Amino acid sequence: MSLPGAEWSPLLASAKALREGQVRARAVAESSLARARRVDASLAAFISLREDALLAEADDIDRRRAAGETLGPLAGVPVVLKDNILTRGHPTTAASRILDGFVPPYDATVVARLRGADALILGKTNLDEFAMGSSTENSAFGPSKNPWDPQRVPGGSSGGSCVAVASGVTAAALGSDTGGSIRLPASYCGTVGLKPTYGRVSRYGLVAFGSSLDQIGPITRTVEDAALLLGVIAGYDAHDSTSSAEPVPDYLAAARTDPAGLRIGVPREWIAAEGMDPEVLAAVRAAIDAAAKLGMEIREVSLPHARYAIPTYYIVATAEASANLARYDGVRFGLRVPADDLQSQYRATRSRGFGAEVKRRIMLGTYVLSSGYYDAYYAQASRVRTLVRRDFTDAFRDVDLLLAPTAPSPAFRIGEKADDPLAMYLSDVFTTTMNLAGIPALSLPCGFSRGGLPIGCQIIGPDFAEGTIFRAARALEESFGLADRHPTLA
Amino acid sequence: MRIDAKEVLRIARLAHLDLAEEEIARLSAELSSILSHVEMLRSVDTQGVAETFHPLEYGGPMRADDTVASLGAAEATRGAPGGAAGAFLVPRIIG
Repeated sequence: MSLPGAEWSPLLASAKALREGQVRARAVAESSLARARRVDASLAAFISLREDALLAEADDIDRRRAAGETLGPLAGVPVVLKDNILTRGHPTTAASRILDGFVPPYDATVVARLRGADALILGKTNLDEFAMGSSTENSAFGPSKNPWDPQRVPGGSSGGSCVAVASGVTAAALGSDTGGSIRLPASYCGTVGLKPTYGRVSRYGLVAFGSSLDQIGPITRTVEDAALLLGVIAGYDAHDSTSSAEPVPDYLAAARTDPAGLRIGVPREWIAAEGMDPEVLAAVRAAIDAAAKLGMEIREVSLPHARYAIPTYYIVATAEASANLARYDGVRFGLRVPADDLQSQYRATRSRGFGAEVKRRIMLGTYVLSSGYYDAYYAQASRVRTLVRRDFTDAFRDVDLLLAPTAPSPAFRIGEKADDPLAMYLSDVFTTTMNLAGIPALSLPCGFSRGGLPIGCQIIGPDFAEGTIFRAARALEESFGLADRHPTLA
Repeated sequence: MRIDAKEVLRIARLAHLDLAEEEIARLSAELSSILSHVEMLRSVDTQGVAETFHPLEYGGPMRADDTVASLGAAEATRGAPGGAAGAFLVPRIIG
């Protein structure tokens, strides 16, 4: 038997209960699987589950524990992965038809590290195709639904991972964040979600979208769990030349440190942003007051180039995507639409395999890199990117962290922005900036709208300041008192 | 910035995509709208500003130059469409 209320048990508590023999890995895996099936039936969170493999691995953990073996820190705890993270021997789709039939021959480094910590992989979660989107509506498998209101999107692109965590399938998930794809759905679903510093976590085995922007990060219900999970997956990897050798500190210890005295900057451009929902603004202002009550010092800062982040991002990200997605040609893996000659086969495969949003971004990226347009678009965007990063360097001379909204509004209705790509892109107005700069940012639930939808705020730090982010976030989380508020499943 | 049907087809050719008539019309409108929004970047003074192609200001460490095992042809080609063990099959290119 699993412990009562175990679906809301944090990662830390589950790992401890398993370690101390209060519950068996088999029981945890069975109850997690049952909940996954129930959540999937109503909210479409998953692309695939590892049903038989999961139970066999759980039995193995129980057997090794009974034999007195020393196990890893996450022994027997189920986790879920966004389905753009490669799993050896188990299909990885990136929610695209073009990866039909693809079974990876190797594990992503983050998967190898989770397995090394004896965590169990429960399944692969839904996303916007190739992580391109803010709602999961671009998935070839159909949209996931928000657990707080199934008429609404969970946010994207790591929507399935956030749905699974918010609805108590697992305490932890991995997502990827290229322009807000962890933080936006975390904010819409009421979970914690961290985009680490670029280079903090290996990208080896992550299906590439924008290679200078992509980062894998944790999605959990508590800040301490995010700290624990980041500690497991972070660190240098010889398979990723952009991974950093910066030492991995004890993030849990950092999270448990008193945040009094930290200097918190509030970007004036983001508090006075046009089109901001008044309930989001009120929740973020309350978070700023809470930080002050905890002894943090609040200062106003300016990010004068932040207003250029969306156009800069949509040039840089689509340019990189158009190059990265050139590899999907029907030759080496996934879908092939046979034709008489090679060029026709490329075109037929790509035209049938990619969905509308992916084609739109490939087209935009190809255009901005094409002869005659490169300097006006891509080179200019890359120069503005320098100015965006410089804004943060300047701000962090005076403050330790920044506090800001994650999204301009709570979750929107399914279909509401589906026909207006530009409106959809503007959902990421507060998140893409940090991907351009490469710096870490965490979305933390900070309130609810009158309609019962979660609202998130972002805590942003300079390069490799995840520990400081956790330090402020854990204290704020406690002061908000939202930890026991969970969605009711149909 | 107006992207007409001819320009859409030029980009599609570069991107190896075949587009249906309705896709051409839709992409023409959507790309034009997105590029109009992007136009605001032209007004930013970037004189003397270097490009950032990558957020890392320093490179990662170099790995040791040692020979290590890799996937191997059989495993790397196992999932290839068309199914030829150890090879990738493509339509005939030369005569």
